[in-house]
Order: sequence, then C-alpha cells, then structure tokens
Amino acid sequence: MSQSYRYQLGSKTYQFADLAELMAKATPARSGDRLAGVIAESAEQRAVAQLLLAEVPLKTFLNETLVPYEDDEITRLIIDEHDAEAFSVISHLTVGDFRNWLLTDTASTEVLKQVSAGITPEMAAAVSKIMRNQDLILVAQKCRVITAFRNTIGLPKRLSTRLQPNHPTDDVNGIAASMLDGLLYGSGDAVIGINPATDNVTQATRLMNLMDEVISLYEIPTQSCVLTHVTNTLECIENGAPVDLVFQSIGGTEKTNSSFGFNLAILAEAQQAALSLNRGTVGQNVMYFETGQGSSLSANAHHGLDQQTCEARAYAVARKFDPLLVNTVVGFIGPEYLFDGKEIIRAGLEDHFCGKLLGLPMGCDVCYTNHAEADQNDMDNLLTLLGTAGCSFVMGIPGSDDIMLNYQTTSFHDALYARRVLGLGAAPEFEAWLEKMQIMSNAGLAQLTNHLPPAFAGSLNSSAVRHFHG
Amino acid sequence: MVEDKDVLITDQYKADEDMVTHNPWRQLRQFTAARIGLGRAGVSTPTRESLEFQLAHAQARDAVHTELDVETLQQQLLQLQQDFPQITTQPPLILHSRAIDRVTYLQRPDYGRQLDEESFTSLKPYYTKTPYDLALVIADGLSATAIHQNVVPFISALLPILIDGIEDFTLAPITLVQQGRVAIGDDIGEALNAKAVLMLIGERPGLSSPDSLGLYMTWSPKRGLTDDKRNCISNVRQAGLSYATAAHKCLYLLSEARRLQCSGVAIKDRSTEKVLDSSAVQTSFLLDNKVDRKGVNGK
Repeated sequence: MSQSYRYQLGSKTYQFADLAELMAKATPARSGDRLAGVIAESAEQRAVAQLLLAEVPLKTFLNETLVPYEDDEITRLIIDEHDAEAFSVISHLTVGDFRNWLLTDTASTEVLKQVSAGITPEMAAAVSKIMRNQDLILVAQKCRVITAFRNTIGLPKRLSTRLQPNHPTDDVNGIAASMLDGLLYGSGDAVIGINPATDNVTQATRLMNLMDEVISLYEIPTQSCVLTHVTNTLECIENGAPVDLVFQSIGGTEKTNSSFGFNLAILAEAQQAALSLNRGTVGQNVMYFETGQGSSLSANAHHGLDQQTCEARAYAVARKFDPLLVNTVVGFIGPEYLFDGKEIIRAGLEDHFCGKLLGLPMGCDVCYTNHAEADQNDMDNLLTLLGTAGCSFVMGIPGSDDIMLNYQTTSFHDALYARRVLGLGAAPEFEAWLEKMQIMSNAGLAQLTNHLPPAFAGSLNSSAVRHFHG
Repeated sequence: MVEDKDVLITDQYKADEDMVTHNPWRQLRQFTAARIGLGRAGVSTPTRESLEFQLAHAQARDAVHTELDVETLQQQLLQLQQDFPQITTQPPLILHSRAIDRVTYLQRPDYGRQLDEESFTSLKPYYTKTPYDLALVIADGLSATAIHQNVVPFISALLPILIDGIEDFTLAPITLVQQGRVAIGDDIGEALNAKAVLMLIGERPGLSSPDSLGLYMTWSPKRGLTDDKRNCISNVRQAGLSYATAAHKCLYLLSEARRLQCSGVAIKDRSTEKVLDSSAVQTSFLLDNKVDRKGVNGK
C-alpha cells in the first residue's frame, strides 16, 4: 500500500520511505520535529521533500493512511466520514495544484464551504507545508465559519475574545476582579473561561455557579466554561450545574486522547448531555476544544508523524462535534516543541488555516512561556497576522500575565488594538450589550467610555470591597 | 510584580492625568496579583505599566538563562552541613546532565533527564550497600535564580525537621546538577542507592514569580519512572510557600512514602483539601451589587 518517494537532484538521490516521512521532512523547521527525530536533515532535503509532496495526488491521502485504520479511531473517523461528493471538486488535484486552486478566485467563500467536508486533515496539513505565511493568511481569510450559543462568533470583520480570569487559588473575588476588568475593557464575547487551579467536580461547580450568576445578573450575551476534564463536566451536568460549554483538550491520535483520559464516545455523550440542557439562545454549539502542536509527541503517541500533521488530525475530532470554539494554544507547550517567535508564529498561522479550511471556528491563544525565545513583539506580530487572517477569537487576560498558568497571552488592551487597527468588531449581540451598559460609547470603533459604567459601580461599593479597605 | 511603592520612575509622568485614563477598579488588586486596572492611553497600555511588564519579563528571562553558581553553592552547603555531622560527612558533588548548554537543554528535555558519562562514573565511589534514607538533588531547572535564593534557607529548615522526624536519618552526598530536569534525580538516587530522592529544582518562571522553587519526592528512585510516581510541592519562595511549611510537607510526604513503600498518586497531601473547604463558602463582590435591577440592566 505505501510507496516510497525518490527525487534526483543533480548527482544526488533523495529518498523518502513513505508518505509520513515525506510529510515530516517537508515541514518548515521546528524544535518538536527535531526532538522526535523526524525533521529534515538539511534545508535542501526539506525543499526537495516539498517539491515531491506537491506532486502527490490528494486521492493518495484516502488510500494511504498515516496512522493505521485498525489501530486508531481518529483515522477511522477521517476515512469513514469522508464526504466523497464534496471532495469531487478537488479530487483530480495534486497537493501543489490544491495550493494554486485555493489561491484562485474560483475558491470563493461559498466554494470553500462546500468543499470543506471533502478535505481530510492530512490534505490540509500537506498543502499548508508548501504554503508561505501570506498564503495561509489569504486562504484562511476566505473561509467563513459561523457558530452560535448566546451570541454569534465568526461573522465577517469580527474578532471575539475569551475572557480568561484565572487565579492561582481559584479565589472567587480574585476571579471576579479579573472578570470585571475584562468586561469593562470589552472582553468576553467568545466565552468567559476559567482554567481551575484545583481540578475537581466540586471546584468546577463553584466556578460555574459564579460565572452563571454574573452572566445572569448583568444579562451578558455570552457563555461560560470551566476548562476541566470532560468527565468532570459530565458529572457537573448530572448534578444540575449550569454548564454552557463542555471543554476538552484534544489531540490527533487515539493514543494521545487516551492519555488525556477520553475517547470519541465520551465526547459524544458529553455533547448530548450539554445539548439536553438547552441553554443556548441563538445557537446550540456546545463544545469548546483546545489543541496545540506537540501534544502527541509529549504523550509519546505521535506514530512517527510530524507535530503539525498530528495537530491537523485533532481537527477531525473537533469537527465531529460542532464546537462553538476551537483554540490552538500555540506557544504554551514550550521551546522543545516551538523554539522561538518565528516557529510560534508559523505554527499559529498553520493551525488557524488548517482549522478554518476544515470548517472549524478557529481561534488562537497567541502566547509564549518565559523559557521560549519570544516576547511581546512576537505576539503583536502574530495577533496582527491572525486578525488579518480572520481569526475567530483570541484570549483576553489582565495585562497579558496569567498568574495561574504562568505564561503570557494577549491582554484586553491587545484585543482593542487589533480591533482598531484592523477595523474588527466583537460579536454583534455583545457589542450591543457593551453600549447598553455604557462600557463603550461606540463599540464598532472600540471606543471605551471615560466613566465607570453605572451598572458596575455598585459592586465596587459592595461590603466585600469596603470590608477589605476597613 | 513591581509594587506601587517601588515604581521605577515617578516624577517624569506628571502629565499623566491628561493622557492616561485611570481605572477606579484598580483597588480590586486587593483580591488578586493579576494586572487589573492598568488604565489606558487610548486603548493601549500606559507607558509605566508597559515598562513594568518588560521588567518582569526581563527578570523571568534572566532567571531562565542565569548559570547555576555551583562553586558558591557548594561552599554554602558544606558550611551548612557542618552543623549536622551525624547525617553526612561527604562534601556536595557537582554533576552535569547530557545537555551541554542552555540552548540544548531547552530543546532536548531527554538530555536534561540523564547524567553525562563523567558524572555517572563520579558517583560510583559513593554507592553504599546500606541505602541512604534520602538523596537531596539540586538542579537549576528553568530558574537558577530560584536555586540561588531559596536552596540554602530551605535546606537549613529541612534538615533539623528530618533529623527529629526520622530515626537514625542518613543523607547521601548532596548533588548539584547543571542543566538538569526533574527525572535526573531518579538516576542519581539509584546510582547512590537511596531509599528516596528529593529533587530541588528551579520551576518555569512566571512573570510574577521568577524565583519559584519546586520540590519533587520519589520513593525507591529508578531510571525511567514517570511523573505519577512523584509528589510535588510547588512555589517555595519568599513570596510563596514558606520554607518551614515546605519542610514540614516534605517530612509528611517522606513519612507516608516510608509507610506505604511508594510515592506519587498513592499519597495524598491532606493539607490542600482543608484549603478548598474553607474557600467554598465565599461569594464574590461582583454579585453583591447594591444598585437596583434597573441600574444593573443599564438604561
């Protein structure tokens, strides 16, 4: 079934044992592939691999699976649910042709939507490997993925934000303080989502109640999520907790996901449970997934694939469950997978492109850790590029500093910068709320009011705050 | 984080009031170390807050790239040990992982988990048939700053507690590892024949905590053990978990490990459950809003 690939360059013969090796060697350089031992041995070998990959027919990816069908439920998902009719439009193309086709005016927003279910993650990964950053931006920008729960995410010229009010001890007032800060800076339309410091059902329920009560009291057209394990959320639902979105970190191989403690059946069960609560008002996308290059290698479950191909395969898992949001947490994993700003930026653009092409509401945690060779300027670059590419949402955190997870992501201020410089709005329902609450005087122009919004003044005079000041 | 009273420059920002919109909810920093209520110039971070962030990042970066000063540390530990001649008389040993430098270390976690050949050989004379009760391993990890600031006072707090708490307590020679990761402690513990290893390692520096020390305890250490066999105590530093508390937690973990003859998920640190219970009753100020419904709902 598998064939080897050869290329003659002058007197030198390059040989690649199979499609997986060809894909890995064609991948733009990054430290995780070096760590896995699958990286190209030279720049020339990489360029040759890209030339050869461009000649591979898209059909090959349906016949030659990179992780065996028998061993992996994600491969089975990809193959069994492949939409042959959608694929027929591009079935005659090679990977190289596919890049050209994606760049043409023929591949309009409408056409890309129709073809999406015919594209497999491996096809998306392959074509991304021979695309430059500007190609990834241009094509992603043509893709439109709209999802909804209590507001609408992904409309043209919109950039939503996840308000991420984490606190190292899950202190409710600490979390509420960051929530208030975010709301008053116009953040939180994608979701108000907390990474709990203590990860169990009791704690998750507490945090769900806190967010639910705030959303109800201030009538915020948004949704909440506690980023706890899917089985915890299922238990919360059974206990009657107010669950808007079900969260799970997902990877691109069955083995990765079993190391995360779940499989497709559990996700299906959780999705049904969340749907049964019927808490959405304008839509019923109830899942929130996070991904990131390197997770399969980190779980020793990458089957010899490069990390970007594994990542794209995770999107097959995501699209099975009609998520409201998919977030690639691109710089969180550390420099052993993405070494510096250049690698993080490239990976962020790849993930966003592949996700969008496969029909996902793709957002990005534009982020870095302190041991990566990256800084705020790299994040400014990636944020601006992703905003241009039509990224569905980014994170929002006070002053870029996550004091619980110890990494830096985009701030509330950063999102306002992107909205202004690129002319992007928040979700329309949320924009209307921002103006109604007098947080913004003109939400379309990201203009904040100069006074304390009256609806929130009371909470600053609450007994808890006054008591603290004696 | 830089406290308000320590701000870098004060007088140069007198014109501030005209250009920077301040946030009255900055007072909520009472509740959190998060950078809330930063204010804004236009919609952007004001100059001072922007530069304070840069300072914090610079400190975290320096913590990652500062070299572990093994010679000074060796001298300090030698001096410290002289107060406890009953548990060890061996001088601290300096070892190196297979990661030759920081750039390699950051990209090859597998190298950081293994001793280089020379270090491995150098441990042989210290192997004993009667196992040591504990091996203390100190590694730079991702913050040599954490080691420089916390290791000596922490060990000073730890040793008397262990001597009191464990009968005829014996300590293997203390080892100092350059470019080391957590798992290298298991190699060392095995090579020395220690019943347990306690790894003291610089944690990944956060923007507000460049000096955080992590402690990892493994019972019956062996090469190739995974994280679920370890118990972790995190955030040991002056502004975090105190040395005394951390030392008591170590004694608790070690005693439990000796009793159960294992470590990791089988041992539960009961002290954390109490913390959770006490905070479960709180409600947030954001829900204690005294304005009437009409006010809350806007117009």
